[in-house]
Amino acid sequence: MLTIHLSILIFLPLATGLIGAFLPRGLSRWAVLAGSVAVLAYWIAMALDFPTSGGGLQYVTDDMWIDELGIHYALGVDGLNLFLIGLTAVLWTGATLAACFREWDRPKLFFFNMALAETAVLGAFMAQDLALFVVFFDLMLVPFYFLIGAWGEYRRVYATTKLVIYTLAGSLLMLAGAVALGVLSGTESGQPVSFLFSDLAQRTLPEGTQNWIFWLFAAAFLVKMPAFPFHGWMPDGYRAAPIPVLIVFSGVLSKVGAYGFLRIVLPIMPDASVKFQEVLIIVAVVSILYGSILAFSQDNARLVVGYSSVAQLGFIMLGIFALDPKGAQGAVLQMVTHGLVVAPLFFIIYLLGQRARGSELLSNMGGLAVRAPVLAGLFLIVALATLAMPGSANFVGELLILFGTFDSKLVYGIVASAGVALAAVYMIRLYQRSMHNPVGNDVASREMSLRDGLVLVPLVLVILGLSVYPQLVLDRSEDATKAKIAPATEVATR
Amino acid sequence: MITVLAEVKGPHIDWAGISPLLAPLAGSMIVLVAGLFRGALVQRALVPALTLVALGAGIGLTIWQWEPGDRGTLVSGALTTDTLTLGVATIVFATGIAAVLLSWRDVVLREAGAGEFYALLLASVAGMVMLAAAENLVVLFLAFELLSIPLYVLCASRVRREPSLESGLKYLIVGSVGSATLLYGLAFIYGATGSTDFGRISEAIATEVGIGDPLLLIGIAFVATGLAFKSSVAPFHTWTPDVYQGAPTPVTAFMAVATKAAAFGVFLRLFFDALGSAQTNWAPALAALATITIIIGNVGALAQRSMKRLLAWSSVGQAGYLLAGVVVGTELGLQATMFYLAVYGLMNIAAFAVVIARERVDERGDDIDALENLGRVSPWLAWPMTIAMLSLAGFPATAGFIGKFYLIDATVQGDYAWLGVMIVIGSIISLGYYLRVVAVMWLGSVEIELATPLRRRVARVGGWSPEADVLRQPEVLFVAVVAAAATIFFGIVPNPLFDAARDVGSSLAHLF
Repeated sequence: MLTIHLSILIFLPLATGLIGAFLPRGLSRWAVLAGSVAVLAYWIAMALDFPTSGGGLQYVTDDMWIDELGIHYALGVDGLNLFLIGLTAVLWTGATLAACFREWDRPKLFFFNMALAETAVLGAFMAQDLALFVVFFDLMLVPFYFLIGAWGEYRRVYATTKLVIYTLAGSLLMLAGAVALGVLSGTESGQPVSFLFSDLAQRTLPEGTQNWIFWLFAAAFLVKMPAFPFHGWMPDGYRAAPIPVLIVFSGVLSKVGAYGFLRIVLPIMPDASVKFQEVLIIVAVVSILYGSILAFSQDNARLVVGYSSVAQLGFIMLGIFALDPKGAQGAVLQMVTHGLVVAPLFFIIYLLGQRARGSELLSNMGGLAVRAPVLAGLFLIVALATLAMPGSANFVGELLILFGTFDSKLVYGIVASAGVALAAVYMIRLYQRSMHNPVGNDVASREMSLRDGLVLVPLVLVILGLSVYPQLVLDRSEDATKAKIAPATEVATR
Repeated sequence: MITVLAEVKGPHIDWAGISPLLAPLAGSMIVLVAGLFRGALVQRALVPALTLVALGAGIGLTIWQWEPGDRGTLVSGALTTDTLTLGVATIVFATGIAAVLLSWRDVVLREAGAGEFYALLLASVAGMVMLAAAENLVVLFLAFELLSIPLYVLCASRVRREPSLESGLKYLIVGSVGSATLLYGLAFIYGATGSTDFGRISEAIATEVGIGDPLLLIGIAFVATGLAFKSSVAPFHTWTPDVYQGAPTPVTAFMAVATKAAAFGVFLRLFFDALGSAQTNWAPALAALATITIIIGNVGALAQRSMKRLLAWSSVGQAGYLLAGVVVGTELGLQATMFYLAVYGLMNIAAFAVVIARERVDERGDDIDALENLGRVSPWLAWPMTIAMLSLAGFPATAGFIGKFYLIDATVQGDYAWLGVMIVIGSIISLGYYLRVVAVMWLGSVEIELATPLRRRVARVGGWSPEADVLRQPEVLFVAVVAAAATIFFGIVPNPLFDAARDVGSSLAHLF
């Protein structure tokens, strides 16, 4: 058995990014690609080594970082984050590969930022200390600020500024919440201040304190996802981001928000979670309906997927706040599967845009399938997975979420089921308007190249693989997920 | 008669103890005399070198005298060189060194004369150290003036440039009002407690004088106002943008960091030591001031085009964060304030160094447009500025993040959690302008229109080499890179700074 060092996993991309910065221009991209491939390989080794069920937190690293503030450098992997780390590794490899095949202005800086972003996201997923989590959570924004602002398209500076201010406003509120949580739970329990998740989960805060801290965290996570009233940055950000950046941004970063609810909010603030359960379920349901309805009224293909993400994240949140083991399990599975379908969708939109003279508007597309059967086939698989066709892993995820919701909040479950039907409407519309229909005026259809296939096919294979065997995720995440929602369900039944 | 005279004898002076204060004072005189020689070598090499030696000696003596814990007083209770003094002194000396390097090629040296300029700088440094060391109301006021008067002159030292003169005059008038208010307040405190000694004032408040004594309260209010003028705490900040903009930029950098460090040093000592027992009275008032300062400073910075004005408003906002550490009146608050002061110094020096490097070669001067595309043109300047801005905004992996974390920690533990949330809200507002600077450098921003038009074109300022690019002024680049690197270093390995902050905290430990 090999020993897994999580620090290596986290800082590998950054190291290759730094190395890339000192290599000649043409080589830096391959260094960064090698870094993300190595992360993926390391993750596979870890996943193979990971116990199939139970086992709790693995590969724990726990050193004192800042003694004075009680901040630990604590990392760990359990069933909850194992597959999110895997998702990060897969999507970053895909996105970096896609980026490698394109020419960028100032390539070193671009790939350095990609690498730094991967490090930050991996850190956020693995952190077992609240302060460390906040550090990585905020750090994510820096590379994305540059990636979208410097290499973006349409109104990039406006979009990236809006995005960063929105998300950092949430993050900074969370910073205040995190400090308050650590300090107040320390004084309440008469023990030294600690930000370790394990310590915080044991120390209980009075409900009144939990209530206001809860909202500071919810602000950060809801903006990040984004959920309905906090999604203002999304349309601009998604239109501006370059495709490789958008792949990881939409595929992975939105999940950090949902993950934060499961990792931090539910186990540490169970009373407040139960108290505000209804509010967040309403936010989730409204997100589902709002996202779905807007998704089928958009002309811009990116925004169809963007708003569909709002709806999907609504599902994930519904699963989490159903406070039911099935719902939470579904949410974890859905986080992974949604990330896996969004990434190829955006890449396909990029390919479609290339064939429609750079326009990503559906009204300029049509009939692309005629000369690109392979692309159309792959697109169909991804589209069906996105609309949660029975047989796909997404179907399992959504089903579990709805089961969980039916058990605890029947009415909301019924309303949310409408989202499943709406998903079929907007995804089929997206597919039909672009691939079928009469051939558009400016459309020059052609089959995708080998390079495109190199990016797209592995992602589709992963989707198919997970559809065949969703237990891969479910088995390993079951115990950890149940443990995370247990404090809240206890409070709810009391 | 004879017996009376016999009793008046000189106080015992612990020369080693006050040596960190003597270094800049002696240096000031030597530099002034050396500056009388008009040779180019003397003016351009010897005088700056002597200044650096004096400041370096100051740092060396500070390290030599560094001793945690309560040090007691020196010179008959007038001064103390405990770790609080020495902590402030280190920041002031380091800023002084940066200011010397930044002004080395500046045209201001030719206009004002190197000897005069650096002698005034050192005198001001001495005043700052003395202010932080003051254990007595009279010494406090003396130090306050020793700090201020050279600064008034330094602000006006570009004698042929109108904005500089305007800046000096404005600072003189507003500063004098501040000094007068402070003096008035000191008189009230003396009147209420019957002593000028911090220790005895504290005793008197605890025993004889009730904390509700109106004389004492008026005194505290006036003293707080006087110090607020100096540390640009709103609503007494109005001079800050104008003076910062008009003053020669190296002087601005020095003022922004060192004056603030000294003012907060005395804020901490006076309010914790002398007035500590009245904390319940002054804390809510200072909390209100901190809130106003955070909001006004950060909102004010949003519409600025001039980098110097932007940094001035930002320094107002940052003063609000620092004040939050004073409000709580705990050892943790003291440590967090000192920690943030050190970090604040690093970030601002890096930012000002870049502004200086640009305004010397770009005809747009300190306008934000002078930074346009800096990431492409000279990344060695763009990175320090980026790091400074991100750190000021409180992004992680920079010292600014840890500093803010520490301050919020102190406010929450001191039962002022809402003030911690105010710090956060201020940071959110501040993103609006810090990120704009980053955007201009890296994203080639032309999309963001600013309401305020460019008011005046700043003439090309070149020092001794008008067309100098960044490689022709390596000392400025050095300052920027070192300060930025330290910002990142302390953001990842903050423990050395925490150790120092803990030592500083121990100096007033007997109070908590």
